[in-house]
Amino acid sequence: MRATETVRQWVDERFDIEELLALARHKTVPMHRFSIWYYLGGLTLFLFIVQVCTGLLLLLYYRPSAGEAFESVQYITSQVKYGWLIRSIHSWSANLMIFSAFAHMFSIVFLRAYRKPRELTWVSGMALLFLALGFGFSGYLLPWNTLAFFATKVGTSVPGQIPIVGHSIMLLMRGGEDVTGATLARFYGLHVAVLPLITFGMLGAHLLLVQKFGMSVPPSVENKYRGTPGRLREMRFFPNFLLRELVGWNLVLAVLLTLAVFLPWELGTKADPFASAPAGIRPEWYFLAQFQTLKMIPSKVMSMDGEVLGILAFGLAGGLCFALPFLETLLGRRGSLWVRVGAALGLAFLGSMTVYGHFAK
Amino acid sequence: MRNRCFRVLLTMIVGLAALAGRAEVTARPDSPPPTAEAGGYVDVHAQKGITCADCHGATPAGAALPAIPRERIPQLCGSCHSDVNRIKKANPSLRVDQWAQYKTSVHGIKFEHGDKKVAICTDCHSAHRILPASDPHSSIHPKNIAATCKRCHSDEEYMKPYGVKTDQFAGYVESVHSKAMVERGDLSAPTCTTCHGSHGAVPPGAASVAEVCGSCHVFQAKHFGEGPHKQVFADLGLPGCVTCHSNHRIKHPDDQFIGTTKPAACARCHKKTDPGGRAADAIHDRLLYLDHEIAGARAVLDRASRSGMEVGDSQIELSQAGDALMKARVSLHTVLPSRVEEDVQAGLKITSKAHAAGEAALHERTQRKRELLIPLLAIFAVTFSLCFYIVELERGGN
Amino acid sequence: MNIQTSKEKEMPAISAGRRHALRLLLGSMAASLAAAFYPVLRYLVPPAESNSAVNAALAGTIRDLKPNSAKTFHFGNRPALLVCLPSGEYRSMSAVCTHLGCTVQYRPDGEQIWCACHNGCYDTNGRNVSGPPPRPLERYEVHVRGEEIFVSRKQDA
Repeated sequence: MRATETVRQWVDERFDIEELLALARHKTVPMHRFSIWYYLGGLTLFLFIVQVCTGLLLLLYYRPSAGEAFESVQYITSQVKYGWLIRSIHSWSANLMIFSAFAHMFSIVFLRAYRKPRELTWVSGMALLFLALGFGFSGYLLPWNTLAFFATKVGTSVPGQIPIVGHSIMLLMRGGEDVTGATLARFYGLHVAVLPLITFGMLGAHLLLVQKFGMSVPPSVENKYRGTPGRLREMRFFPNFLLRELVGWNLVLAVLLTLAVFLPWELGTKADPFASAPAGIRPEWYFLAQFQTLKMIPSKVMSMDGEVLGILAFGLAGGLCFALPFLETLLGRRGSLWVRVGAALGLAFLGSMTVYGHFAK
Repeated sequence: MRNRCFRVLLTMIVGLAALAGRAEVTARPDSPPPTAEAGGYVDVHAQKGITCADCHGATPAGAALPAIPRERIPQLCGSCHSDVNRIKKANPSLRVDQWAQYKTSVHGIKFEHGDKKVAICTDCHSAHRILPASDPHSSIHPKNIAATCKRCHSDEEYMKPYGVKTDQFAGYVESVHSKAMVERGDLSAPTCTTCHGSHGAVPPGAASVAEVCGSCHVFQAKHFGEGPHKQVFADLGLPGCVTCHSNHRIKHPDDQFIGTTKPAACARCHKKTDPGGRAADAIHDRLLYLDHEIAGARAVLDRASRSGMEVGDSQIELSQAGDALMKARVSLHTVLPSRVEEDVQAGLKITSKAHAAGEAALHERTQRKRELLIPLLAIFAVTFSLCFYIVELERGGN
Repeated sequence: MNIQTSKEKEMPAISAGRRHALRLLLGSMAASLAAAFYPVLRYLVPPAESNSAVNAALAGTIRDLKPNSAKTFHFGNRPALLVCLPSGEYRSMSAVCTHLGCTVQYRPDGEQIWCACHNGCYDTNGRNVSGPPPRPLERYEVHVRGEEIFVSRKQDA
């Protein structure tokens, strides 16, 4: 252990690490019956780190052109040693990460961790969720297989329906009128450069804000310990909570490996832009609810185009999600109840639509 | 006085007869009023500067052109088209034996005997819209030939006196040959004239049918010649290829075409129990077996490939088994199971190798699942020791 | 310098040895997990067959082929033909017959490419000249680099 002491001293003499370490030592996590939800944030972070690592590895062999993308993924999964493993982990981890992000978000809503002073933490977190969805959408196209091609075609045509700016947005997304190699190049740039840069910044902000304000305690727990503040047990983050987090991360890693081996991600067939779309084209599960809803809206609702109405409704819902903490204040006394009821309804809606979308013809 | 009246009457009768002859231009009118340019496509004679007078004779301007009597047309066309020196000047590569060939054809022979209904030059080439065969609008472009012949040969009323069937065009249109031409645009696919000849058109006799088909289907004809059917068919007066495949309605045969159960061709003569029937069934079974083996090997390789195993080389080699099956379907024309078996065996050797490669790849995939245990064990060990450590850490009342 | 962490101060002496043992256990387990990086290291090493085998491939070496001979090689996942003409010129085309997909071969006696299934013939440019094939064979570009012969798909503008 003398070696670590020497190193620590050397660093401390130059960078004044002790102050930072003292801060870290003081970080605590409140322990109550809802504490288990505190793990979700770190889990999402872990899965994101897995994505970055496997993504960097895939970058070494992937080729982002319409003529070579599919073959390069085929090459990775069949020729490169353990390429199949890296690729399947990347695909599975993406799904797990988005699921974890949604779970993290809903837990924040129901435990009301978005309240003052944590409004901006919520906003940055919401932005991170949308960034994750952006990663999912852009990454999905990269293998350039039939499913991805047509899912992207459908997915980019939806924003095209927005009045006035829709067509321009679609042109920007697709890099042209249709989904082509230009779209692939654009999505690739987004997926490996633009989105990671923005995400790192947003993530940094999110984590800093979490450190600044500490862990939020749900109102019900607060009320319980109102009279006796000392009674609420606080666990030290370093090393106790972190060790527990590591246990969770290890288990999830085991799950990822098992999924990658027993349910390897299919490659499918190379995209043929001139073929007709296969029956039953659907986006991935995290877009399925919106997709199914849009399908179900009648084509004309009170003289307005049904699909446009649906898209605008989703836009509105998204905006409301971002503004959630401010909404609660605006809604006055029963604000928190409205928010929670709204969130519960939203969750039920998304969940049921996703299930329905999966089984619908 | 009487002699003069008689001569006038005779002239009038002859004149009337000539008029009647003049009205009969062709038995099957095919074109609108004569014009050098019809439908926007310039007639090849007009292009070469041949005028109306060159065929119809000189007439004073403004007068109607006298129609050429039908029985004079072949000779008229032949007067230029058999003259080597004349044709050489216009098109050195054009043949000059059309009239000579025509005279050997069924059409030509009947025509010599005075039958005016049979086809003459203008019936197929048209009189004033003659275009080279390479021009898609020509009546003798490969794609249009069958429709040209059909004008007479599918007309039941017209063909009745000859006692000839009129189902040829209907059959041909459903055949693989027609489909190759019409759907795939393959101009080298056979049409009426390919097998029957154009100017020297005769239906090939029973003995020579195999020669006709064999000029393209070389291997099938060769194999047929090596087998017992050749002699048997000759003895029975049956035409070689047509007996099984028909002459006009030639459909693409599949593996069900051989055997003793309908719709197999063999069933028409053979029963299950006779030696020929047994041979047919044997061949049928072997073909199906090889096909099945190829499908099985392909399925295994596909499964392995989808699981992420590299089996590209094996998949390429498996395509050779498809070649072997293709060859077996050709060598079956020997109707000798032993000969077919040679090709089948070659195919089976390849499929068993491919199958083994696929199984090996799948086995390796299963290995991966077992290999997974190692990192899983490591992870669980770490997790377990973490938990243990946490417990110990907090035992001291942290 | 004895910097004691707050943890160590609070720990009762009896579990110090236990903690050492645990630390050792944890350390060794972490090391085994680090060994899980083995797949990553193997991944980083490029495989023998190059990634561009789809659009370009090493067909052979100069020594492989004498004039008026040919060899079949794998290109993408289909067979292809590399022909050395009597003049010494190299030509390459797909070996998949355009009729029904059999693998064609080079015939030195006729200087043509022939399909054994139905007697289809192509010339050394890949053009279908007789028999059932309806279309020519797809031509590839040949590049000779030193001793090695590379074949690639024709690049369109």
